[in-house]
Parts: sequence; C-alpha cells; structure tokens
Amino acid sequence: MHEKLIFEHAAPGRSADAQYPRVPVEATVPTSLLRATPPLLPEVSELQAVRHYTRLSQLNFSIDTHFYPLGSCTMKYNPKACNQYAMLPELLGRHPLAPESTGQGVLQILFELQEMLKEVTGMRGVSLTPMAGAQGEFAGVAMIRAYHRARNDLARTEIIVPDAAHGTNPATATMCGCTVREIPTQSNGDIDLEALKGVVGPHTAGIMLTNPSTIGVFERRIREVAEIVHGAGGLLYYDGANLNAILGKVRPGDMGFDVIHMNLHKTFSTPHGGGGPGSGAVGVSERLLPFLPVPIVGRDGERFRWLDQQDLPQTIGRLSNFMGNTGVLLRAYVYMRMLGRDGMQRVSEFATLNANYLMARLQAAGFEVAYPERRASHEFIVTLRREAREWETNAMDFAKRLLDYGFHAPTTYFPLLVPECLLIEPTETEPKEELDAFVDAMIAIRKEAETEPAKLQGAPWTLPVRRLDDVRAAKQLDLTWKPATA
Amino acid sequence: MPFIPHTDADVRAMLDVIGAPDIDALFEEIPAALRAPGLPGIPPAMTEMEIGRCMAEFAARDGRPLNFIGAGAYEHHIPAAVWAIVSRGEFYSAYTPYQAEASQGTLQLLYEYQTMMASLTALEISNASLYDGASGLAEACLMAVRANRKSKSLRILLPLALNPTYRDVAQAIAGNQNLVFEQLPFDAKGGQTVVSALDQYKGKDVTAVVIQQPNFFGTLEDVDAITNWAHANGALMIGVVNPTSLAVLKPPGEWGARGADIACGDGQPLGVPLSSGGPYFGFMATRAEHVRQMPGRIIGRTVDLDGKPGFALTLQAREQHIRRSKATSNICTNQGLLVTAATIYMSLLGPRGLARVAATSMQRTQQLVDALTRIPGVRLAFDTPRFHEAVLLLDRPVKPVLEALAHRGIVGGVDVSGRYPQLGHALLVCATETRTVNDIETYARALAETLRSSAAAA
Amino acid sequence: MSNVPADLRYLKSHEWARLEGDGTVTIGISDHAQQALGDLVFVEAPEVGRRVSAGEACAVVESVKAASDIYSPVTGEVIASNVDLGGQPELVNSDPYGAGWIMRVRPEDKAQFSAMLDAKAYQAALAAETH
Repeated sequence: MHEKLIFEHAAPGRSADAQYPRVPVEATVPTSLLRATPPLLPEVSELQAVRHYTRLSQLNFSIDTHFYPLGSCTMKYNPKACNQYAMLPELLGRHPLAPESTGQGVLQILFELQEMLKEVTGMRGVSLTPMAGAQGEFAGVAMIRAYHRARNDLARTEIIVPDAAHGTNPATATMCGCTVREIPTQSNGDIDLEALKGVVGPHTAGIMLTNPSTIGVFERRIREVAEIVHGAGGLLYYDGANLNAILGKVRPGDMGFDVIHMNLHKTFSTPHGGGGPGSGAVGVSERLLPFLPVPIVGRDGERFRWLDQQDLPQTIGRLSNFMGNTGVLLRAYVYMRMLGRDGMQRVSEFATLNANYLMARLQAAGFEVAYPERRASHEFIVTLRREAREWETNAMDFAKRLLDYGFHAPTTYFPLLVPECLLIEPTETEPKEELDAFVDAMIAIRKEAETEPAKLQGAPWTLPVRRLDDVRAAKQLDLTWKPATA
Repeated sequence: MPFIPHTDADVRAMLDVIGAPDIDALFEEIPAALRAPGLPGIPPAMTEMEIGRCMAEFAARDGRPLNFIGAGAYEHHIPAAVWAIVSRGEFYSAYTPYQAEASQGTLQLLYEYQTMMASLTALEISNASLYDGASGLAEACLMAVRANRKSKSLRILLPLALNPTYRDVAQAIAGNQNLVFEQLPFDAKGGQTVVSALDQYKGKDVTAVVIQQPNFFGTLEDVDAITNWAHANGALMIGVVNPTSLAVLKPPGEWGARGADIACGDGQPLGVPLSSGGPYFGFMATRAEHVRQMPGRIIGRTVDLDGKPGFALTLQAREQHIRRSKATSNICTNQGLLVTAATIYMSLLGPRGLARVAATSMQRTQQLVDALTRIPGVRLAFDTPRFHEAVLLLDRPVKPVLEALAHRGIVGGVDVSGRYPQLGHALLVCATETRTVNDIETYARALAETLRSSAAAA
Repeated sequence: MSNVPADLRYLKSHEWARLEGDGTVTIGISDHAQQALGDLVFVEAPEVGRRVSAGEACAVVESVKAASDIYSPVTGEVIASNVDLGGQPELVNSDPYGAGWIMRVRPEDKAQFSAMLDAKAYQAALAAETH
C-alpha cells in the first residue's frame, strides 16, 4: 500500500472553501512587510484531505489496532472517555489567560489532580506544568540545583546516573549545567553500592534513579542508596518512567526520593499521539517545595487560583507559555477517577502479573531471560544473543519479523547493558489470549530463525514498506518535498 | 475491573505458569517496610457515566464566554475534519515512530508537515515539532550558541516587546547553561523595538538577536533592519513568528538581505484548540547548514530494500538516546498529535484559506480597535501597522474592568500593565476571523456600560 | 579482525596519527573505530587555522547509530582538514588510514606524538576492550 504525498493530490485553484472566511480581504500592511509568494501548502478538496490522512492513519500500528509491548513506554489502552470528556466544548474553548472567575471548573480539576498525584507518589507538592517526561526531568534537576544554590552550596554540580539509565537522564543533567558521573550495575541488576560510595561527596548534587530500574527489576536496597546519597548531602531524583509497576504498592516518597517526575502518558494512560503530547508532572518532598515550577493551582477557601512567581519567589520559573499540556492533564484526571483507589493498585498488580506470565512462558519456550533469578516488574528483558550467534538472526530481525505476525516490536537494544535484547512490557490491559498469541509468534519466529533465517533477516515482508535505508536517509538528506521544476 | 480483562480463571492459570501462589507474591522483592498500606486519599472509582456527568458540570461552570484574548493563543475556526481524523486510534494511540515500517502514516505526515513549515517560514529545514512556542525559543537560543561557533559570549538580545512569558521560559530553561539575556527597548510611541538601540552592541560579541513578528503588542517590527544588523555584527537572527501571519507577512527566511537563521513559534493557531493552555506545539525551522544543531525529531525520505520510497526518523545521532550527555537537547517526544492536527488544518485551508484567515483577523481587530476607541476613556497605545492584536489604554485599572466584563460573559483581553507599568492601564485585545461584527458590537456596548457604571460608582 | 598498521601511533580512544616528513601530524580514526561505528553519514572536521590542545574534542564522526568525538593527540594548529569527507564520509569506512584521514595538525610538542601508543600497545588495548 502506497499513498502519494498530499502535495501530489493538489491542483492549482482547488480548496476546501467552506472551511475559511468567504469574503476576501486585503492585508493592510506596508509592502515591505508583505509576503511576495504564497507558501507551498497543498490545494486540495476536503474529501481529498480526509481520504489522504485517513489512508495514512491506516499505515500505522497503534494500541487500538495491535498489541504494542514496547518496553519502558507503557503502551496501555487509552480509554475513549478520557478523550471525549477532555474535549467538551467549554474546556476546549477556554483561553488560558481568561480570568480565574471563568475557569473555576478547570482549576478545580487541576487542583484535584495535583492532590491525587501527591497521594500516589507520597510527595508533599506537585506541579503539573512540565510538558513531557524530559521536561519533568529538567524541572527536577533544576530544582535540585536551585536547592543547593539557595543554601550557597555551589560546588554541587555532579549528577550520578546508573549506566543502565535512559539517555534523557545524562542529557538533562547537561541541560541543567551539571556534569554526569556514571555508576555500574551489578550482575544481579542492583546498583553497586560500593561504587556509589566511591563517587558521592561534596560535589554531588544528586542521583537520578528509575525504580524498578530500566532492566525491569526492583532496586531492593533503595533505602541504603538514599542514606548514602543523603548522607553525602545530595538529593534523590525518581524517574517515573516505570511508575506503572508500583502504583499503589510503594510510593517514591516513602523510598526516600526528594523529587519525581511522572509520565502521565504512560501510567495514567493519556495518548502517545505518535510521539507526544506527553506530560511530565513533578512531585517534591518538603525541602524542594519552594522551587516547584509555576504555575500551580492553589486554593483559598472555595476558590481556586493560579500560584505564580509572586507566591513562590524561589521557583525555578516557567517551563511553558501557559499551563503545560492542560488537555493531557484533563485526560489523566478522567482516567484516575475511573480507576479510583482500588483500580490504581490493580494497575500495578495486573501489569506485573502479565509481565511475569509472559516472561515465564517465553522462558519455558527456550528464550533466555536476562535476569532469571529476579522477579519481573511490569517489564522484563529477553536476550537473543544465542540466536544471534547460532543463526545470525539478531534482536532487530526478531523485532521486524514480529511486525509481520501483527505485533508491534518490543523495545530493542535498550538498555545498552544487555546484548541483543528485547525489553518487553505487556501492560495490564492486555488479555491472556493476546499474550499467548505473542508467545506463539515468538516460538514460530525462532523456528524460522533456525530453518530459514532469511525470513527474519529480510523482514518485514507484509508492511507498507520493507526495511528502510537509514544510511541513505542520513547522508542524502531529503527532509522536505520539492515540486518538480519545469 | 476497569480496563483489566482478566477473569479469575485467567489469573489462576497465569499464576500456575509463573509458580506463584498469588499476585501479592510477585511483589516480594519490595522490602515490606516500604509497602504502601493503600491509597486512602484517592476517591473510589466512578463509572464512565458518572465521570461524564462530573466533567460536564465542571465544564458548564466555566461556560463559553465571548473571547477577545490572544497573547500567544488564538481562537481560530477549526474545520470539523481536523479532529475527526486526529482522534482516530491509529494516530491517537500510536507511539514515536521507532519502527518505521509500522509507522509510515505518522512519518509521511510529519514529512509533509516539515515541507509545509519550511515553506511557510521560507527556510530550508523544519523539525517535527517541539513542546510549545515559549520552550521552543529557549531551544532556539541554545541552538544558536551551538551554531554560532565564532561567538563566545552566550549573549542573546531579547526585545522587551517579546511576549514576556517567552522571556521567562527562555531564562528558566536556558539560564542554567549560562546564557545571558539582554533587553532591547521598544519605542513608547510606536510599540516597535528601537533599531538604534542595537548600536551599543556594535563591535561586541553577540551570539544571537531575537525578534518577534508581530510582537507581543501585535505591532509589526522592522525585521529587515534588525536582521541586517545581526548579520553585519556576526550574530545569528532568530525570528519568533505567528504561523497564521506568515500567509500574508514576509517570512523569516526573507528578512533582510540574507534572511533569519532560525524561525520558531507556537503552532497552536493551526488547528489546535485553546484548551486552557495546551497541549499546543512549538515549531522550528532553520537553514540546511544548521540542521545538525537543531533539536527535536527530524523525518527523512529514503528508500526500502526494494528501492521503494519510505520515511524514517533521521539524524538521530543528535538525540539524547544516542548522544546522552552531549545531545542537542534532552527532548524525546514532540507534540505529534498536535502536528497531525496542524498538517490536516493547513491542507484544508491551503495557501488561500490561510491568507484569508490572516487578513480577516487583521480586519476584525481593526474593527474592534475602531469600536472600542470610540468609547470615552479608551485610546489606542500604538498607531503603527499591526497584525491581529492591539494595546488599548484605559483611564482606570484594567483588572476590575475585565472582571466586570467576565460577569457579562465577555473575556475582554489581557491586563498587561503588570508586565509593562510604563504603558499605564494597558489592555491587550485580539479579534480573529471567528469574531463577527455583532460580537465586536456586543463587546463595545458592554465595555461602554462597564466604564460608565464604574465611573458613576466612583 | 581490524587492521592496525605498524607505522602509525594510536590513542585508546581509537584515533591514529602519522608523523609526516614536514613535521606535521595527520590524524584519523582506526579501522576498528570505523567498524564499530558502521556506515558514516557525516564528518565534521575542524576549521583550518584553529588551535587545538591535546585531548581536546575537535571533530565529530557520525553514523546512523552513533556520533563520536575525535580527540586531537597533540597540541597545535590545524593546517588542513579533509574536504573530501564533506561529500563522501564513507571514505573513512573504505580507507580509514588513507583517503579517510580527517585533519592535519602542526604539533607544538613532538613528545606528545611519541607518547602515543604504538601498534602493538594499541592492539593490546583493543584485545582488552573486547574481553
């Protein structure tokens, strides 16, 4: 299936006339400020546009159409109600700078969301403004820096990250003007405490941790980690990428963390949208409260209002033009209210059940699990190093072949620590039948790897395109369409 | 159980395979002392019907006032087809297109988007979006530092007439990397950035100059002169622009003799609802020579094993998941779903529709200014060419007037006197193509009555 | 296995260097490094005239899956950089020690060159790295 570019559907003079003002008007500005030639936007009818973009949508895998066990991404079902009720006309039409008196409804929703997130994380304060996990991370590390600066502890510029950490962690540290110290992971998946003791000191600003970690196991000695880092004067940052694994079971605040970001698009089921919008709300312990990014929703009696720089003079400031991705926050709110307190605990229970079941079945089928002596959290790692060695079919080949079988591939080659790995996260919303079908596909692909490896090496065969030439894409950059010149 | 499909029989069968007595046993590695007793602070579950009712009540409380605010977010008509397609699960519930073969829909759409934005800004390259306009400017400033290798000062000149929140966000995000932001004043009469104020920087090391067109007051800047100054002084030129305006205004790539180096801004006007402030998306375009310094995802067209054309993420070596602490930014996701909306919006409007939206909005704002300045106690702050916003000066504090208007169902603009005390009682207003002549008359009547009655009370 | 010419000097970070007859030092990346990176798509060489310090990151090589800094083994002025790599970064893959050279530096202190690993020591470092 191939769909032309929208520009190739166009014809000069055609347009969707009902969609814009009828009467032509001259733009009254000095000629020197006027545009000379019109932009290259397509000239198509409404039906052409609708058909084109509907066809494009059909070229995608998505949660609504496929099992999507992408590790570390929590691709759970996005309930339709969350979208519908976040798109009520009054909520969509509200201007963010309209007076608070005309926004008490939406402010109350955001306030209650803040309160619920405090409860599930065990933190003292929450700011909803970060627009994605990476911006939440930025806010977190910026708060840690601001905290040390406020105490005139200016030497603390080092951020410690485990070597298995997500790439955003070190990138964030750099954006905050910090330097990165990596510490190794032990073979059982836990942090090397001796190495940690060796790097902490008067330069330590903090440590960034994910727990369960990026290798899908719970860091059992987290309290000792907290003692070591706190003892050295540093703070603990919780990367909420894997919050789905522990929701309602253990709270980052109780583990000793000072700051956390939550990926609402993972744990609280707001859509991934083909790569955004996300939402990276942050929660903090007592000592970081003054530094939270603004705005925050506050309450005076029965009235809700924005708290800004005047209310929090030590804030790290504003991270977005208004209030982050408000529409995403509304979706998270609807989801949390539908789950309720018991439903939230069930999220982690069934996410963990599904992961451990899938791991057990794959293991029984002969696949090598990276940390067999550990319980899986909500995700786990299979390493295909044996398959790669014996049949020259690597993790990428398995991933691509899975697409032919109608499954989105798991995360490949992350974490970097484990060779030829698949990081598999089924989430709680998948039924047992779907997991069984995935195992069947993996077994079938393994058999193919042994008997007809070319089937994997050339995969996928049944999708709109076969494997793409990444080298050509990067070398002969073609980033925009250009009309053929006559 | 909401959103969990397991039957009791499923659970038993699965636990048997795992070899665990119950689900709780799966959490045995978490030290007992850490286990939470439950979540008493979370309310009990609601059904879809119940939460639907609850949300409708919240929404009804806020109502649908008649809106005359712009200030960075603009109420335009959004064709019905836009969100009908955006809400399709194949776009809505897909993730970042890492598996290119299973994401050609999203990837091709982003390539089309890049083409449209590059053309709209008259620059060669566009990325696949950033979070929003304000954080996009912060990213543009950081990018300018990487791209302008000759400059060592990290000094960025920001006009005072730039949206003040953009300045706040740039400071919050880029300030940690020691960028120095210095201010360019605006002319008290015209509301435009004073070009001669640049003279004090002559011969000094300036990394980049930022200009917003139209500026925060809606006024049009002398972008040619400022761009030429920047280039003559070894600085990069960053243009913050409103995408709707680019259908009629000179695009950044054509400013001055050589064009701006980076264009950025908020894409919200292109089919994204106001939605209390987000999600919107930021756009960024640049010259080809700077492509490796640009943050955010970029899509390229290439071929597959059979030589068939296809689309893939490219230049990923700039990004955090590969480059880690040396990445161009920590950004991962963009605002894909909003870009989907914008791409469909631009396709439906085409060059003619977008130009008509822009010109009609300008006309409506002119009509609004005419109607409101006929009211005693209201005058225009800057009588210079503008796009679709204007600053009005009232003879009394703005906030109580806005509250009174809100009671009449009118959201009458933004009080900017806090950020610009030098202007006096300043009110920033906007009318887009969605405001009819009737709406404008309604506002004018309400404002006249409000001013009369508060004058009478005083 | 990768090719490690005996007449060159190396850094542990996989740069090679050759002392030319005119006293300048030509610098590139080793065969091992180009293999590990895969097909190169872009090389950013330093400007001619720039002064670089030993150990300073002064060039970048980029493949689809990685981007890597190139460190100068010696302090001195860059007197040439390989302009052919602009259009043909793949030269680094096909001929890392020849047409795929990256830059040439006039060293201020030749001792820095002499202090680099010889082929045998580099081979030992490679062996240690893979185990």
